[in-house]
Amino acid sequence: MRNLTLAEKILSTHVATQKPPRGEAHPVRAGDQIEVVVDLVLANDITAPIAIREFHSLGVKEVFNPEAIVLVADHFTPNKDIASAEQAASMRAFAREQSITHHYDVGRAGIEHVMLHELGLVLPGDVIVGADSHTCTAGALGAFATGMGSTDIGVAMATGSVWMRVPETIRVDLNGELQPWVGGKDVILEAIGRLGVSGATYAALEFGGSTLNHLSTDARFTIANMAIETGAKAGLFPADRTALAYLAGRASRDPTALAADEDAIYAERLEIDVAALEPLVALPHLPENVRPVREAGSIPIDQAVIGSCTNGRLDDLRIAAKILRGRQVHHDVRCIVIPGSPQVQLDAVREGLVDAFLEAGAAVSTPTCGPCLGGHMGVLAAGERAVSTTNRNFRGRMGSLDSEVVLSGPAVAAASAIAGRLAHPEEVLR
Amino acid sequence: MTIRGRIWVFGDHVDTDAIIPARYLHTSDPLDLARHCMEGLDADFPDAVRQGDLIVAGKNFGCGSSREHAPLAIKAAGVGCVVAVSFARIFYRNAINIGLPIVVCPGVIASAIATGSALPAACITEEGQEWDVDLESGLVRNLALGTEMDFAPVPPFMTQLLRAGGLTAYTRTRIAAGDLPRARSKQ
Repeated sequence: MRNLTLAEKILSTHVATQKPPRGEAHPVRAGDQIEVVVDLVLANDITAPIAIREFHSLGVKEVFNPEAIVLVADHFTPNKDIASAEQAASMRAFAREQSITHHYDVGRAGIEHVMLHELGLVLPGDVIVGADSHTCTAGALGAFATGMGSTDIGVAMATGSVWMRVPETIRVDLNGELQPWVGGKDVILEAIGRLGVSGATYAALEFGGSTLNHLSTDARFTIANMAIETGAKAGLFPADRTALAYLAGRASRDPTALAADEDAIYAERLEIDVAALEPLVALPHLPENVRPVREAGSIPIDQAVIGSCTNGRLDDLRIAAKILRGRQVHHDVRCIVIPGSPQVQLDAVREGLVDAFLEAGAAVSTPTCGPCLGGHMGVLAAGERAVSTTNRNFRGRMGSLDSEVVLSGPAVAAASAIAGRLAHPEEVLR
Repeated sequence: MTIRGRIWVFGDHVDTDAIIPARYLHTSDPLDLARHCMEGLDADFPDAVRQGDLIVAGKNFGCGSSREHAPLAIKAAGVGCVVAVSFARIFYRNAINIGLPIVVCPGVIASAIATGSALPAACITEEGQEWDVDLESGLVRNLALGTEMDFAPVPPFMTQLLRAGGLTAYTRTRIAAGDLPRARSKQ
């Protein structure tokens, strides 16, 4: 294969109309419309009920492969009301009926895009489709992972395939070392600020550059996670040493480590001087309203949320604990910490991070998407403002149409929780 | 396939939280969802929208989450077609998959009123105008002003899906015809 992007390479090995071994002779190119064989199909308690309804109306009795379907109760769970309990129940019944092994319920469920990788279900070279826009998170490990709607997922559960247009690729080179208190969130906010919220619509983002030599997997998950906030279909990292080390002992199958060709054809290139980045925020009401927190002005906050599929991993909680330990959450702020999975929560307990949060006056919740989408566990009233490590700050996203959300990484969120206003970590650590 | 109705005008980056806020996603009944459709941007919309009305919007319509509840709410509210400068990727798929016609028409200039622009009157898009959309020939007509705008016709595969009544109906037919061998992945 020649001059192929990582996305083209992965999709070339998954063309449904070709017989295995796929991809070698007939690579696909950006713009091709193809039917793609999928390795993993994902849905949650909000999107699965519609997918199940569509699946049943296809007249098919069984899913294509009960081990390739993952159902996670994470959005409105533990169930916030009767209607959401009914939705989780319909997903549970379907999992039993179809003998789906990867069904995760309260106590074993984390936020889907945090726990999939922990369980070793994502491998480099995979094609993963999920009825959740942040399915692109799995691109951090070199999988082509993309969000779709419930009907697509209902059909994929039946047939093991989906229709897809092979995307163009925007290459994003990250160069230089991260400065103190700057993390994956700041890198992706910078990219979103420069590309805009529709700057990569229909395209794949492919990350590379020297920063990758010392970029943790947790930071990569954060970066890949918010690729969708540029409109992108996927956010891909190469399956390098870091990714393979993360997979060792976890992966349930052998990984296919693919990388883009040296002479791959990109639609556009973006270079980010990571060493020059400061802690950033995205101000209301679009993720592209990005600026350094130092230049944001003195903006008071009522709530700080630390968690979500974007920043609910152990590295994120470690950074927040480093700032909150021995300090107090501001009297006028509710600080809510949400570990992204039972494993993250257990690790945070064992490392003493949870002690630090509770002693600082923060609330620590069970894993859930909860407040990120204004579901439960921290909904905002009219006139309130939150700083949040989540991924979207659309008007009304976290509650009242008259509330505001400022996006940041865990360091700025923790510092702001202490200061009672948007703050750079150095302001509270003095 | 021609769709004719009154237009409702929205701006750029209409997100899925505005189309249907997540607090209503504890149901997937299209009629329940329709009761809150677009209420994040126009509280009167759910009551005032009429069968066959059109939505006209700026760029990146439907950005944000993958919730299929968004196009379901719009369709169940009676909207016959969404015409926008551009669509977010997942919304585009979802709309086609559930059989809601959508049209990419860079010329709609939905922001013309908001910007009070110096555009010729013939281009101006105003709420309540009567428009029709011809999907096959790729033509939007502003019946109030007697003007026309071209758009690239919906690709044949998408038209096939829309004609079938959406992806589920299309797939059901293919399965019944033995045209869709079930793929087995490497799992």
